[in-house]
Amino acid sequence: MSYHSLSDASAALRDGSVTSRELTDAALDRASKTEAELHAYLTLDHDGARQSADAADAAFAAGRDSGPFQGIPVAIKDNLVTRGIETTAASQILAGYIPPYDGTAVARLKAQGAVITGKTNLDEFAMGSSTENSAFGPTRNPWNTNRVPGGSSGGSAVAVAAGSALVGLGSDTGGSIRQPAALCGVVGMKPTYGLVSRYGLIAFASSLDQIGPITRTVEDSVAALETLAGHDPLDATSYRGDVPDFRVGFDDGVAGLTIGVVRQLSGEGFEAGVEAAFRRTVDLLSEAGARVVEVSLPSLDVSLSAYYLIAPAECSANLARFDGVRYGLRHDGPTVEEMMTATRADGFGPEVIRRILLGTYALSAGYYDAFYGQAQKVRTKVIQDFEAAYEQADVLVSPTAPTTAFEVGSKTQEPLSMYLSDICTIPSNLAGDPAISVPVGLDDAGLPIGFQVMAPALGEAVMFRVARAVERAVAFEQRPPMLEVWS
Amino acid sequence: MPIDIDIAHVARLARLGLSDEELSGYQAQLGVILDHAARVQEFDTEGVEPTAHPLSMVNAFRPDEVRPSLDRREVLEQSPAHEDGYFRVPPHLETQ
Repeated sequence: MSYHSLSDASAALRDGSVTSRELTDAALDRASKTEAELHAYLTLDHDGARQSADAADAAFAAGRDSGPFQGIPVAIKDNLVTRGIETTAASQILAGYIPPYDGTAVARLKAQGAVITGKTNLDEFAMGSSTENSAFGPTRNPWNTNRVPGGSSGGSAVAVAAGSALVGLGSDTGGSIRQPAALCGVVGMKPTYGLVSRYGLIAFASSLDQIGPITRTVEDSVAALETLAGHDPLDATSYRGDVPDFRVGFDDGVAGLTIGVVRQLSGEGFEAGVEAAFRRTVDLLSEAGARVVEVSLPSLDVSLSAYYLIAPAECSANLARFDGVRYGLRHDGPTVEEMMTATRADGFGPEVIRRILLGTYALSAGYYDAFYGQAQKVRTKVIQDFEAAYEQADVLVSPTAPTTAFEVGSKTQEPLSMYLSDICTIPSNLAGDPAISVPVGLDDAGLPIGFQVMAPALGEAVMFRVARAVERAVAFEQRPPMLEVWS
Repeated sequence: MPIDIDIAHVARLARLGLSDEELSGYQAQLGVILDHAARVQEFDTEGVEPTAHPLSMVNAFRPDEVRPSLDRREVLEQSPAHEDGYFRVPPHLETQ
């Protein structure tokens, strides 16, 4: 018994052909067969999930319907706090931490009666592009277990791809939802900055972080965003206006729309298989009636440099709170400073330390203007470039990542080469705009390729409309061959 | 030209107690990354205002009303050491 998507399962729950308990047991059973090889989860909450499933079934039996997530198994990235369930952000410094509250995104899912299967693996504090930087061991790609799943939301992407959850929550600071979704053959979306409350998201870079869904279909992505979006007084950066209707024109296709192909996101560094699948998809959109134009984002090249100053700068400030006082690890020392320096050096992994040092340097006296200040000006140029591009096109498109899933261990010794893999996804974070990755094919090695659709702030409706057209035109087969081995 | 970083000073600012060996490793890696990041300095940003945040909002006000906060006992239970309703830390010495 398996359902392809949230919408399939949601319909089946309502016509009585399946119970939440059956769906939940199926997801947990899949996890029990796959986790030894994939390690998508840091914590599986068998008891809590079954209790929630039984509660959802009781609600259905009593005629109560709180929304599309009622009874649906959902996996939560472990940098989102969950009341009563250990939350570590994949860091030793938070090992054993049991949050006394739920983050708003989690609370919104629970309010509909969602079933939380567990907490998924990530690069420590969401810093990475491969889910190899976890203090608790890497996650593997279900399409080929010698390959990384991407990151940092690799655990949630793998849980959805492998069927141990129907929906996963991730967070995206520079591509951490879209890139793993692309590498695992599923749909991942980053909403407009501020649309989803960050309350209860362990902060990495507060001006860039957004929570979003990883799903098997574009329709599910819409349903998830409808559930997650909305003003939250507990997040001062939460968007205060009305949440737009994300379904305007959803099934209208792309006829009459102008699609902008970003000139800078092709060529050197992009694999031939990725470029071919991208071009093929653009041709399909053209055949479906879209006007295709080429657009230029001149600041794109330098935007990566700006990102790798801004994100570490914000991280160095945000991670100051992990000091051995209020939660997690403490190494004792004779003074408070010695206690803190020992705790932090031991509790953080190498990539996190690297970024804290980088950010501290970029913000320090004498270097602030040359590095952080200049990066903030580049950020303005990126926003201006996007604004100019959106005068020529309704949406912009690119590959989601320059390559398909790379081999485990192949980039861990070269941080800069890992950073460069985020070139397609970072600009939307700097601009605060929404973007989505949709799977569009496999390369010669049988690894999935993602197609990215970017839209202006609050332009989710047109983004989803194009993504839906891509999904229909391509009809991607979302079944990793490894699943046969585990079934 | 690799960027020269006083890595021990930076580590002290960041409250990271790293060994000399660790410091020299990070110094080399940061040099490579900062070389790339320094490209922001070559970009013409004459007359461009910095962006700290993608939203144009300036302030977010809310009514100043008393409402429940997290349970103190539950919060303190997650701390490495607490006493009489407070977090407990080693002595902080201004001078030695």
